[in-house]
Amino acid sequence: MPSSPYLCLLRAVFLVCFVNPLIQGLSGNSVVVQDTRHRLEPNLTGLPIVTFEWHHVQTPYLVIVWVFVAALAKLSVIEVTHHVSSVIPESGLLIIVGFILGGIVWGADKAQTYKLLPTTFFFYLLPQIILDASYFMPNKLFFSNLGAILIYAIFGTCWNAATVGLSLWGCYEAGAMGNLDIGLLQFLLFGSLIAAVDPVAVIAVFEEVHVNEVLFILVFGESLLNDGVTVVLYNVFDAFVALGGPRIDAAEIIKGIVSFVVVAFGGSFLGVVFAILLSLLTKCTKHIQIIEAGFVFVVGYLAYLTAEMLSLSAILSITFCGVCCQKYVNANMDEKSVTTVRHAMKVLANGSETMIFLFLGITAIDKEIWVWNTGFILLTLLFIFIYRIIGVFLFTWMLNKFRLVPIEVIDQVVMSYGGLRGAVAYGLAAMLDKDKIPEKNLMISTTLIVVYFTVILQGITMKPLVQWLKVKRAAHSDLKLVEKLNNRAFDHILAAVEDICGRIGDNWWTRGWNRFEEKYISRILMKPKARKNKDYLFSIFHKLNLEDAINYVSEGERQGSLAFIRSEEAANIDFKKQFGSEFADTMPDIMADMSNYELGNISVTSIVKDTIPSVSLDIHVQDGKNAVEDTNAHHLLQQHLYRSRKNHRHKYSRSHFGINQSEYEVQEIFQRTMRSRLESFKSAKMGVNPAKKITKHHKKELNHQMSNGHPEDKGHLYGDEVDSAVGSETGAVNNTYMRDTYTTGAGIENPAFMPEVDSFTHSPPWLMETEMDMSVAPSQRAQRRLPLTPNRLRRLAPMRISNCSTDSFLMADVSLSLEEHEEHPQGDHDEM
Amino acid sequence: MGSTSSTLLKIPNVEELMQETGFSSAHIIRLYDRFKALDKEGRGHLCPHDFGAIKELAMNPIGDRIIGAFFSPGQETVDFNNFVKILAHFRPVDKDRPRDPNSPEPINSRSNKLKFAFQLYDQDKDGKISRDELLKVLRDMLGMQVTEEQLESIADRTIQEADLDRDDAISFEEFRKSLEKVNIDHKMSIRFLR
Repeated sequence: MPSSPYLCLLRAVFLVCFVNPLIQGLSGNSVVVQDTRHRLEPNLTGLPIVTFEWHHVQTPYLVIVWVFVAALAKLSVIEVTHHVSSVIPESGLLIIVGFILGGIVWGADKAQTYKLLPTTFFFYLLPQIILDASYFMPNKLFFSNLGAILIYAIFGTCWNAATVGLSLWGCYEAGAMGNLDIGLLQFLLFGSLIAAVDPVAVIAVFEEVHVNEVLFILVFGESLLNDGVTVVLYNVFDAFVALGGPRIDAAEIIKGIVSFVVVAFGGSFLGVVFAILLSLLTKCTKHIQIIEAGFVFVVGYLAYLTAEMLSLSAILSITFCGVCCQKYVNANMDEKSVTTVRHAMKVLANGSETMIFLFLGITAIDKEIWVWNTGFILLTLLFIFIYRIIGVFLFTWMLNKFRLVPIEVIDQVVMSYGGLRGAVAYGLAAMLDKDKIPEKNLMISTTLIVVYFTVILQGITMKPLVQWLKVKRAAHSDLKLVEKLNNRAFDHILAAVEDICGRIGDNWWTRGWNRFEEKYISRILMKPKARKNKDYLFSIFHKLNLEDAINYVSEGERQGSLAFIRSEEAANIDFKKQFGSEFADTMPDIMADMSNYELGNISVTSIVKDTIPSVSLDIHVQDGKNAVEDTNAHHLLQQHLYRSRKNHRHKYSRSHFGINQSEYEVQEIFQRTMRSRLESFKSAKMGVNPAKKITKHHKKELNHQMSNGHPEDKGHLYGDEVDSAVGSETGAVNNTYMRDTYTTGAGIENPAFMPEVDSFTHSPPWLMETEMDMSVAPSQRAQRRLPLTPNRLRRLAPMRISNCSTDSFLMADVSLSLEEHEEHPQGDHDEM
Repeated sequence: MGSTSSTLLKIPNVEELMQETGFSSAHIIRLYDRFKALDKEGRGHLCPHDFGAIKELAMNPIGDRIIGAFFSPGQETVDFNNFVKILAHFRPVDKDRPRDPNSPEPINSRSNKLKFAFQLYDQDKDGKISRDELLKVLRDMLGMQVTEEQLESIADRTIQEADLDRDDAISFEEFRKSLEKVNIDHKMSIRFLR
């Protein structure tokens, strides 16, 4: 395994080495080639079988190859990370890989052919990262800390830009940088672009160190919004620079401030508008659920581009679009679409992130951009570091006067240290106009150095720092219903106490907003069905149940069967106790059942996910497992049990999980079940020995064979019938066999074979109705399965009811518990 | 300043009260004004229906329980001192103020905050939250949004999570344990009471 990363790297290197000269060679001759083709075409002697059409595909091909290379780089980094992860963060490693790749390209071309262009960055790479970050923003945390985040993002950024710019200018005037062609405005412009704390780099580092959630949201939210603010600030200063120093008067400055406010808030507002649009769209996709996942991306991107078009803040627009829409979109969309969005977004964001860091590395390997000015570069590094610390402490000190839980000093240190600069700063620097700013290249190289310095060095030292300072880490706890429940209770309590005190506090606002949201916004933006089920506590409950179900299934599959249930140390599933309390008396039986119960080839998934009438419990497995079973029983089972067609099951397990589409199969099972029930019903009514009748009806020769050869087997299989109809002549022996029947043949829990179930004999109409209601005749086996699964799984039933609006599951449950209770006491009784 | 001290003088044992609750005199005065506003008939104590007159509180799903928490068992009224003592549960914990190790546990300690929450569930005061009690609270809080069946499942699951001794009820100790990771000081404090 350790060789694989290097292999990947090698492959990437090879690709670049190979593809690149090829591209170069070809693009150089492109015109010639085209000409020759044109010239040749008229006097074409024969039909060419294949032609080499490089130019046809050049651009997309290059893009894809680079994406591919980036993915390979990421792969290799991740693999390497196993050994180096504790030292260098992923983003830093990617930059270093970028250096290597850039070196290769440069070695091949003697110039840097590939650069991260600002257009590419801002139009194609950045949006999905921002959308991802905002879409998965922990909403409640974000909004409850919004005040602090805004203070840091707006005032903190302005503070950083202004102080860095002014200090650099001061140093320049003092002569620390030699002879440069930079004025005050250009310094401020540079200060604003270097103030962009990069969310990508920050998240990459902070996610690895798992700091506490308040600290995380402060840094994360700040860096996200700060990008938007920085771009706005950059544009304002850019306009000032274009205007030129002498023409700037008070009016222009005021206009600049107004434009700052309008651009920032206008962008945010536009984002909210698009979030509403998106929510409304997903509300209407009842019949075309396939495309609803796409809407999220399209509308998000549209928000970005529209803001860009209106020269509003595109980053803020897409941020607020993501933050605001997530609740409604997630509620409106199908669960599968939600998963799709989640994964697709992560894929896109991860890809972009990788590309960005890789190209930040590649871009560096270029002689053209490097201009060295020791004073400028070192002072910039110093100032951004110092002013970040001062800014954070200053604003935190102000905030702490109002905060319920003050931000601790240690957290402030980490926040100051977390001011990583990233691609946004570089992108802005690369956008500078060479005509207006003669020292553009110096600014670019300084920005790059700042990025490398912060991402690599600060990134590396962040983890040790967090450990050394003993920063409160995120309590890595599982989601707990009891916590969520109490949180809800606490909210109500606080609101009530505020009312009693007669003062308007935070909770009053929260509650007011919640009420308003529930009353109007949800009504407009959410599907009525989603609104009904959207209760937060319930969704937590739902999520927990899903987790349990998955755990349960995977645990079962890991062990090859569900036999683990009997083991006490099945830690994550403590259903036993609950189960025991509900079926206290029948418990030992069931457990005993389970011990002999091998699921064999039937995957647990198929049972949990869908209630396919998979009566065809693999006979062979059973046969092999239980020596008690003899061939006759086997025969009988084979004859009587419905065997679902393998190909059918295969088919619908692929396309549709929940829906049983194989009409034939269902009908067949249904008919069989009905017929046999009818028979047992009839026989019970007429007082005829049902065993005889059924066997006669179904398989005469089998009956014959059985009574001839192995009389015990009759007792074995029809023990109870014999008991009820003929009397207790077979006695205890039969009863023990009876047990075994439960045990071994989970598949034979069919009334045809088990007419001892009194509820069936006495109330078939009720049961028949149930079955008809269900329209999908659940095999007896499927029914039997349910109570054997942990109780938590059974709890899923009500949920499904709410989704499917049929009571089938409920009914199934009821009939089951009835069956359960009636069956086992009888067995006990017999035993006595 | 004169009005301040005159208001304070009207309150019996005000020094003791401030000592016990940790409220400043400004808070006490503010709460006293509120108390008088609630006590419309001027009897010097509050009855449950005085609380019921607060409009917002009537809409609170567990408002009745919270009102109930102000009255010690068997009593129909609450005087100002007890009123303040109950509210003192929600004072944020002040870390800077050094605490005398000999002094009794402050009212706003984590444990007392939790006790307050616990007794809202434990209506029969047997020291345990039974399934029925939990179900009642859930019904109040979730109301129409979920079916009875689902409520029961949620209640079961909640108990199962917290229940350590398998008696199908949550004792205070279990309650405290289950909320170990929750920042109670944060969740059960009101900023303006600082």
